[in-house]
Amino acid sequence: MQQIFNFIFKNSNRLLFLLLLSISFFLTIQSHSFHKSKVITSANFVSGGVYEQINEVREYFNLQSQNEALALENARLKSILFKTVDSTSILKFKNLKNTLPDDIVVSKVIHNSYNVHENFLTLNSGSLQGIKPDMGVVNNLGIVGIIDNTSPNYSTVISILNVKSQINAKIKKSNHFGSLIWNGKSTGFVQLIDVPRLAAIRKGDTIVTGGQSVIFPENINIGTIDKIEIDDQTHYYTINVKLFNDMTNLGHVYIIKSKNREELINLEKTTKDE
Amino acid sequence: MNSTLLVNISRFILLLSVQILIFNSMSFLGFILPLPYILFIILYPVNGNKSGLLAASFLLGLTMDFFLNSGGIHATACIVLAFMRPLLFKFSFGVSYEYQTIKINDALTPERFSLILLSVVIHHSTMFLLEAFQVSFFWDILIRSLLSSVFTIISCIIIIYLIKPNKR
Repeated sequence: MQQIFNFIFKNSNRLLFLLLLSISFFLTIQSHSFHKSKVITSANFVSGGVYEQINEVREYFNLQSQNEALALENARLKSILFKTVDSTSILKFKNLKNTLPDDIVVSKVIHNSYNVHENFLTLNSGSLQGIKPDMGVVNNLGIVGIIDNTSPNYSTVISILNVKSQINAKIKKSNHFGSLIWNGKSTGFVQLIDVPRLAAIRKGDTIVTGGQSVIFPENINIGTIDKIEIDDQTHYYTINVKLFNDMTNLGHVYIIKSKNREELINLEKTTKDE
Repeated sequence: MNSTLLVNISRFILLLSVQILIFNSMSFLGFILPLPYILFIILYPVNGNKSGLLAASFLLGLTMDFFLNSGGIHATACIVLAFMRPLLFKFSFGVSYEYQTIKINDALTPERFSLILLSVVIHHSTMFLLEAFQVSFFWDILIRSLLSSVFTIISCIIIIYLIKPNKR
């Protein structure tokens, strides 16, 4: 017994090092498993608060561009409204399959990263505003990402500029589906993979979100086709998509609470369990 | 004794806030991220409590991970550096470094430069290993960490010259 204590006292530094090393290793590995909620996120009281303070200062510098973007969006929405025959019926317009989201939360990006391979955003609204993991985040130009973790007042978002994000998308013209990924190279471009070669595509075609996920409603803008390549092994298209969004400059975003989300998730769960 | 503790605590907070407020939002060429916060581990008193240093550097790295959403990469790199520190001192200042009065926080000599260089290389290569381990962007991450180490060294030296106490 005495010897055990002696050993511990003698090597206390080394043992402390090994203990801390194993804790941090555990945290590192745990953060890479995709479907577990992370322990270490910037959606917490301290870092969220600090980022909010920093953002309050930074906001003043791009007030003008944010205002312009909002005015442009208003103009676009107004033009859609004026084109419809009966402007009150616009809500029923796409209501065939209840894909219309029932609620949208406005939030602000308080921290944005785009210079590493796994980029995350921090938003200043959280579970108190009804935000849950796996909700879609968009802004006026297109999609931004998917909610990853939430705390009472803050939430983190897996940006589409994250090599681990994978979003269902389609070509607007021909309805061919594919997966949207990022190759980690340029902040202006993402890649659409697994599009069958049957699809007739051309440079400049628009890519929108597909209807196969519960996260995003159908037909939200993503970008336009910039370059088309054919994968030698799989004979699927790999398409370079130029984003509508400037991911390096994000202000207000909208979080989509899908109406049928709970129901769909429960249904899929019961189907899987059986 | 008490004043060194106070100096260390204030250094911890100051370096972290400088890192988060200024250096995190600064990215040369879009991807180089200088990390001068490891200066806390380098500047820790030579004869200070080693367990204290380990615990403090774990906390330091963990805070960075919280802010950067990076899992535990910074925490791991920081405690590896803190654990290797005595070896680095032995390499840079000779075997009997514990009996000398070493001030790292002073004019740049080859010994001090080699200490900073080795520390930065160890910290960044640990981070590089952990990052390269998870994603398949080996060369990209290698170039990033090399360039980031260069900028970390430069920013560390600048900060040392800025906070150097004037003795005149």
